[in-house]
Amino acid sequence: MAGITYGTIYAIVAIGFNIIYNATGIINFAQGEFVMLGGMTAVTLNQFLPLPLAILAAVVITTIVGAVIEIVFIRWLHKPSVLRMVIITIGISILIRETALHIWGESVKALPYFTGSSGSSINLGGVYISSQILWVVGIGALVVAALGAFFNLTMLGRQMRACSANRDAARLCGIDAGNMVTLSFMVSAAIGALGGCIICPITYVQYDSGTPLAIKGFTVAILGGLGNSTAAVGAGMILGILESFSIWVLPTAYKEAISIAILLAILFLKPAGIFGSPEAARLKEF
Amino acid sequence: MARRYLPVAAFAGLIVAIQLATLFTGTAYHLTQLTMTAYYSLIIVGLCMLIGYAGQISLGHAGFFAIGGYVAAFLTTWNLKPHPGAFVSLLGKSGALVARPDAYGVSLLTVHPWLACAAAILLTVVIAYLVGGPVLKLKGHYLAMATLGFGIIVYRMVLGTEFLGAADGISDVPGFPLLSGMVITGNSSARVSNYYLAWGLVVLGMVLLLNLVHSRVGRALAAVHGAEDAAGAMGIPTARYKLNTFVLSAVFASLAGVLLTHYNGGIGPSEAGVMKSVRYVAIVAIGGMANLWGALSMSLVLNYLSLRGYFGTYDDAVFGVILILIMLFAPDGLLRRHLLSDLKRAVSRNPAEEEAP
Repeated sequence: MAGITYGTIYAIVAIGFNIIYNATGIINFAQGEFVMLGGMTAVTLNQFLPLPLAILAAVVITTIVGAVIEIVFIRWLHKPSVLRMVIITIGISILIRETALHIWGESVKALPYFTGSSGSSINLGGVYISSQILWVVGIGALVVAALGAFFNLTMLGRQMRACSANRDAARLCGIDAGNMVTLSFMVSAAIGALGGCIICPITYVQYDSGTPLAIKGFTVAILGGLGNSTAAVGAGMILGILESFSIWVLPTAYKEAISIAILLAILFLKPAGIFGSPEAARLKEF
Repeated sequence: MARRYLPVAAFAGLIVAIQLATLFTGTAYHLTQLTMTAYYSLIIVGLCMLIGYAGQISLGHAGFFAIGGYVAAFLTTWNLKPHPGAFVSLLGKSGALVARPDAYGVSLLTVHPWLACAAAILLTVVIAYLVGGPVLKLKGHYLAMATLGFGIIVYRMVLGTEFLGAADGISDVPGFPLLSGMVITGNSSARVSNYYLAWGLVVLGMVLLLNLVHSRVGRALAAVHGAEDAAGAMGIPTARYKLNTFVLSAVFASLAGVLLTHYNGGIGPSEAGVMKSVRYVAIVAIGGMANLWGALSMSLVLNYLSLRGYFGTYDDAVFGVILILIMLFAPDGLLRRHLLSDLKRAVSRNPAEEEAP
């Protein structure tokens, strides 16, 4: 079950990567920081707000941060090189992390369990599981479904897809491509923050918990094929379960090394991802 | 020829001038941080060669630094006394082991620093070839992520491995006796000689790299950087040149790790951290990517300020901000070759635009 819980979070981070990648063709190395920021803000706000409101406010604040980042750092760059974008987003992730360090310090924080407590569990057909796991999986599924609906059914979602398919053609149809990029940062910041809120009762959150998540989310995004959000969910489950099994064989300290080893293996052997086709991958710009 | 070595001589003069300045102002304690700066500069110039000239980014060079440092630290502190055997006695007879007392007077039998250094470099070369082979086939995001991943694996390994000291790292690393009377150690009595030794090594590294840049290999790398497919079509073995540059820069980082570990008397897992790798890339970027002198001078200034603690708790944040500002406003670096002429042109066109070259 732990595997599926972590897998859900990895999938959510991976979807965040995919949304921005689809809109801009860049990998946002600061994606994990959105997750951390969401968790941290929710914990702070929960001190004087009820839990649902605190989470909502945290998501809104992180969304605004995402928009500000895009407007300040990304929007006005004219066709930046990949190397430049990689370095800029890494710089942004350092900035967010260091700001968090100076606001919240090095202490480890956590939200309370949404229902019940860390000790209680629910009997589900003979298996006892923690209630928070159900929340994580449930909300995770809801996010994926909502995104699917957004991109396929709403006008705004369709415009965003048009931009990722062909930016110039979308412009000719009267779509403001620049705004769509801002929107993509906002959406991926929002789902990252939501992911941070639902997972933080289980994993806790600290100022530097974003980077490992970003690496794993990226692994999942690659595993499923960059830009393919449906496959990312499956890939997230695979990584989560592999990781939780690896603890039986290897010391816990190496857990992170496992997922990175998987990442490297996939990059070397099948960069299109296990669900992706090499033909489609060749068309994308790296 | 003279144009190539004039800056080298000027730089050597600067090094001497700094030492004399600290001598006359009685601030010789600055030399300690300056010596450490020299070793970090060794990584920077090696990385500059890889990023600027071969056009390949590496976000994992702290990993190579840590491999060098940890191998040297482990071998020179690992007591072989309780492990007698044919191999150990053979090593002992060939003079590869040294007996010395530790801080508590217990006698130790450890590997000689020279052998440990050789082992560290050898291991680095092997790992760099193994990692570099597949990694350098990647481009853009994938290359950045893969090297970042390599760095994190090294970090996690040293952090999670008991015999490497886990979170505490390895301490009590002995000095490195190079020649008689020449020891790499943090003792304040050997401060001046160590300062010159470290910077002498940097100058040596610079001469090597400058010659490389102006050789057949350097021109081939420039072609690879400019247009890889075209270079390949011209018959340049692009993959091999990229890989060899990668290994060379890894060796620079590893050697720096070995020597700095002996100088500091220890190494901790933070040296392998991602932030260190990012910092090295930041310094190369500020220096102007393909500008060895720019990278070296920026390394001298920034590493020194950072080691003296001028950035306080904002140490990492400073490098993050620098990275963003440079990449947003001057992606070619602050110290690029045509900066002066750019400035002049900007001034002659419009005096108000002086700030925006």
